Amino acid sequence: MHLHKYEKIWLAFGVFALIIFLSVVGVSAFHQGNTPSGGHMTIDPEKVRETAPFNEPGLHKKEDGTYEVSMIAMAFGYDPAKLQVPAGEEITFTLTSEDVTHSFSIVGTNVNMMAVPGQINHRTHTFDEPGSYLVVCNEYCGSGHHFMSTEIEVIQQ
Amino acid sequence: MNTVPKGDRRLALSNLGFAYAAFLIGTLCGLLQVFIRNDALTLPSWLDYYQVLTAHGLLLAIVFTTFFIFAFFQSGMSRTLGAFGPRVLLWNWIGFWVTSIGTLLVVVMVISGQASVLYTFYAPLQAHGLFYVGLALFVIGTWIQGFALVGHYIVWRKQNKGELSPLFAFMTVATVILWVIACLGVVATVLFQFIPWAFGWTEGINVELSRSLFWYFGHPLVYFWLLPAYMAWYVVVPKIIGGRVFSDSLARLSFVLFILFSIPVGFHHQLTEPGIASFWKFLQTVLTFMVIIPSLMTAFSMFATFELRGRELGGKGLFGWVTKLPWRDVRFTSIFIAMAFFIPGGAGGIINASFQMNEVIHNTLWVVGHFHITVGTPVAMTFFGLTFWLIPHLTGRRFTKTLQKLAFLQIGTWSVGMLLMSTAQHLLGLLGAPRRTAYTGYAHEDAQAWFEGVLSNHVTMAVGGSILFLSAVLLIFIVVQLWWLAPKADESTFMQFPIAESDASSTPKFLENWKIWIGIAFILIALAYTIPLSDIIQHAPPGSGRFQTW
Repeated sequence: MHLHKYEKIWLAFGVFALIIFLSVVGVSAFHQGNTPSGGHMTIDPEKVRETAPFNEPGLHKKEDGTYEVSMIAMAFGYDPAKLQVPAGEEITFTLTSEDVTHSFSIVGTNVNMMAVPGQINHRTHTFDEPGSYLVVCNEYCGSGHHFMSTEIEVIQQ
Repeated sequence: MNTVPKGDRRLALSNLGFAYAAFLIGTLCGLLQVFIRNDALTLPSWLDYYQVLTAHGLLLAIVFTTFFIFAFFQSGMSRTLGAFGPRVLLWNWIGFWVTSIGTLLVVVMVISGQASVLYTFYAPLQAHGLFYVGLALFVIGTWIQGFALVGHYIVWRKQNKGELSPLFAFMTVATVILWVIACLGVVATVLFQFIPWAFGWTEGINVELSRSLFWYFGHPLVYFWLLPAYMAWYVVVPKIIGGRVFSDSLARLSFVLFILFSIPVGFHHQLTEPGIASFWKFLQTVLTFMVIIPSLMTAFSMFATFELRGRELGGKGLFGWVTKLPWRDVRFTSIFIAMAFFIPGGAGGIINASFQMNEVIHNTLWVVGHFHITVGTPVAMTFFGLTFWLIPHLTGRRFTKTLQKLAFLQIGTWSVGMLLMSTAQHLLGLLGAPRRTAYTGYAHEDAQAWFEGVLSNHVTMAVGGSILFLSAVLLIFIVVQLWWLAPKADESTFMQFPIAESDASSTPKFLENWKIWIGIAFILIALAYTIPLSDIIQHAPPGSGRFQTW
């Protein structure tokens, strides 16, 4: 197959760019540990409120000194509806849904995760600045989807 | 005096008519949305925002594109391989009717308020069972039409043993192959998960499995829209500007690479959800990035064709050839602008597919902005450019000077509207504004900021959307003129289907050996999907019930 000279240069440039892009993404993922939210725990979507940690939604301090927030997404809100968390501490959000698919997205942060019924999602975040953070559901969940939001108060300890 | 066989003409026009009817209603739904979101309009109680949104997405992204694509394929296959035989014609018609009945069933269910599940119909939101039956019929109908076209191609191959098929036919077959393989995912989830569950024959649904099968289809769907636009770029545009295809073998190779790298990649739409191990998400990110290669090849071929032709016409210096291109020909200019929109569109796509950056923009308005400058402009505006000659070609009417001026106005307003709307959507998405919400009135200062910028403003988005609707109405006016009212063409003014010369003499034969490419495609799909999908099935939670939350 005949390839034109400039085409070869252009393709070499393209392959080079591809390698750079993938290296950046790969180093960030495997060396620096930046992976998006995820998890492999499943749950009976009809028994969410009887299953730990969702039987007690809210902020808990774990044994290693970090914090966990267990959070249930539902049409059309979150449980707990009010949440206060400390600034400067590592917080793991543990999320599931008791009905349809939702999301839990904290505006102004990289916390943006899907709440899929039957699955438990995790995302760790440290709030550096105290203040009020808006949380919205950005996955369509029904007629009240646009009312589904909450706020997180981040307080200085 | 029309050279297009009557049967082929009626078939293509039926698909086109359906496409533009869907386009008109779909864009009207778009207009309603921007006003509702700005509190400028309150819908009557029998109509709901999410109904309008479902109709907008389905009618424009699925119905308009698919019917238009088949009209384009049918006229092009008839032009390059000769008139359809009676059996090819019959099966095309059967496919057309099945697709149409499926579409009508889906639309009726949406209008009657029983299927406000949006274009992604994620479980466990449950629409009426007939909605899913309609979706299945739609896909089956497109398969029948696709196989009928492949049949026409097989007849030609038998009559021309050992020869490479014309480029247009090759690309049509490649696109049909991509479409059929891609639809396997959505057919599997609709037939085996959604329909039994919606009619109450099974109890629960495996939500994560349905999402993964949907996105197995959802990403190559994008390439089912794009490849016909690429066909116009590779085969039609060179003829319009008076040039020829830059390289026959590179054109074929790029289509083969699109088949290979656009199917095993659906997980990048699911990067922020549980149930799929990071490794598989990352592997599919890598495969997604591979389409950079055929995309760059396409960009090179286009500009090489333009430059060669510009220099033939006497263009001097580094960029002198640009001025020699036929800018006064709307059939060229519309498609050129469409291509230009694809540059930021493609760059945005790389951001969306990136393993980590996806978290910043996932399901925000950014994504809406992204597909409006990929499907909504490069694809749709290429289709507009084709419409300007395809309808006269089929009806034997003239694309008059006045209509050409209106066509310039139409693509101009479409570009400005898209630029305003999608820029606003991209910026609002970066500021965290969600997609798919009826209102944006969250009581929080972060949400109020979404109304404060110049471009990053919901009002700018609405202005762009309104301009787009006016442009759409103008397009419908042009379509109606070209179909029924413009003066009849004579021999000197008849609009022929433009097919550029393509020199296949040095093209290697293996490029048209479909067994190789379909085989490799299935190997890649098996690599990317077998383990994670069997994991989702074996490690499944109890199924979800049925929810109608609208």
